[in-house]
Amino acid sequence: MSKTVYSDEHEWVRVENGNATIGITDYAQEQLGDVVYVELPEVGTSLAKGDQAAVVESVKAASEVYAAVSGEVLEVNEALTDEPGKVNEDPQGAAWFIKMKLSDPSEVDALMDEAAYKDFVAQQG
Amino acid sequence: MSSEAQEDRPTLAHTPLYDLHVELGGKMVPFAGYAMPVQYPAGIVAEHQHCRAQAALFDVSHMGQVRITGDEAAQSLETLVPGDLLGLTTGDQRYTQLTNETGGILDDLIVGRDQDNLFLVINASRKAADITHMRACLDTAVQLEALEDRALLALQGPQAAAVLGSLVPDCTALRFMQAGWYAIDGVDCRISRSGYSGEDGFEISTPADFAEPLARRLLAFEPVMPAGLGARDSLRLEAGLCLYGNDIDETTTPVEAGLTWSIGKRRRSEGGFPGAAVIQQQLAEGVERKRVGLRPQGRAPVRAGSLLTDEAGKEVGTVTSGGFGPSVGAPVAMGYVASELARPDQELTAVVRGKGHPIAVAKLPFVPAGYHRG
Repeated sequence: MSKTVYSDEHEWVRVENGNATIGITDYAQEQLGDVVYVELPEVGTSLAKGDQAAVVESVKAASEVYAAVSGEVLEVNEALTDEPGKVNEDPQGAAWFIKMKLSDPSEVDALMDEAAYKDFVAQQG
Repeated sequence: MSSEAQEDRPTLAHTPLYDLHVELGGKMVPFAGYAMPVQYPAGIVAEHQHCRAQAALFDVSHMGQVRITGDEAAQSLETLVPGDLLGLTTGDQRYTQLTNETGGILDDLIVGRDQDNLFLVINASRKAADITHMRACLDTAVQLEALEDRALLALQGPQAAAVLGSLVPDCTALRFMQAGWYAIDGVDCRISRSGYSGEDGFEISTPADFAEPLARRLLAFEPVMPAGLGARDSLRLEAGLCLYGNDIDETTTPVEAGLTWSIGKRRRSEGGFPGAAVIQQQLAEGVERKRVGLRPQGRAPVRAGSLLTDEAGKEVGTVTSGGFGPSVGAPVAMGYVASELARPDQELTAVVRGKGHPIAVAKLPFVPAGYHRG
């Protein structure tokens, strides 16, 4: 069973068997506009919740992606290096950023479920 | 995802096209005190590509339009800029700069010679300061009028002449940097063959209340797409054109900025503008730093403010504009480097988020200009 939760920094976290796949939401990619570059962490990096996990750059600006949960980076989506535009096309699917081994699975409970995140986005105006 | 806090902002001014921007789905952002569209739903890359391939319509009504009247208008304004204004014949216009006593740039602007006056277009962010400065310094026999009741549209791209020519056939006779007054639907508009995209195109000054009808007519042409400030910025960067406040400011001189071409020959020898002594000395002896194009060698964009270092790790320059060039298909940048390193293909290092990225000095523009020189 996997479940997907969302952060107030517009990231999604899909949790399965103690591992998490993380990316940015459709709302986030829309706000960014055309993504032209993604900088990913090295595999093996330990990230604490709130650490900078990645950088995503649009034509206009660079934005930091912070770790929504703590853990060790198991895998990064190398495909985004060559095809950063995938982040605009399929942000919540093929354009995942990193996979992590969760060091504190209880952190997931503090994030929003889909309904709560939808309400949160609706309030962004 | 970090997002900027939505702070309470002072009330932003609207251009006459504000409602149209919103109707077209423009993403409105604060810029120089105005709410302006940074992009429309198509996005910056699509708008940029469309401008290079066909035609894009930009609202640049936030820029200042100023009329200077009086027999001595050109002579008087020459005391504030290094451009040759006395040499302008009716229908011609010129790019120049308002300089300060140290040769720094207070603003860059276009000065056109109309039948009975000079017509200036100045940067939005510098509008108030420029007008105060000019009012204080110009000869009392000269009248300066800020034209706040006019809008300015820029139609840019290889199809711009065909589109505007179908409304105003005569305007296609204009060559790059020429301007004239034309009636569109019986309304007096000043059309100049100029712009800031690196493409052929026109800037159309209209009465404020005619801006929206004209914009709608232009957008109805199949090749025309609305484009926002984002595309305007990536287009001008690829075209090697300076953004005031980034690439030029009060601490950079026209010589350092590579704008010497805009200083008239007579003005170089005669001087007679603020900072002339500094600028003449730089023309004679050279400068310590120069504005250059920069090509990051990897995929990471190198943004304004990034430091440039040499092999030894010594700081040798700064990036002043940088981003992704959609037509180049790679990141592009501009900045200042020590003059001895200001040669194409010189390899340097740009510091981005604490890490060194290879970057090379490159010739400007990054994309060949499409200006209609006739």
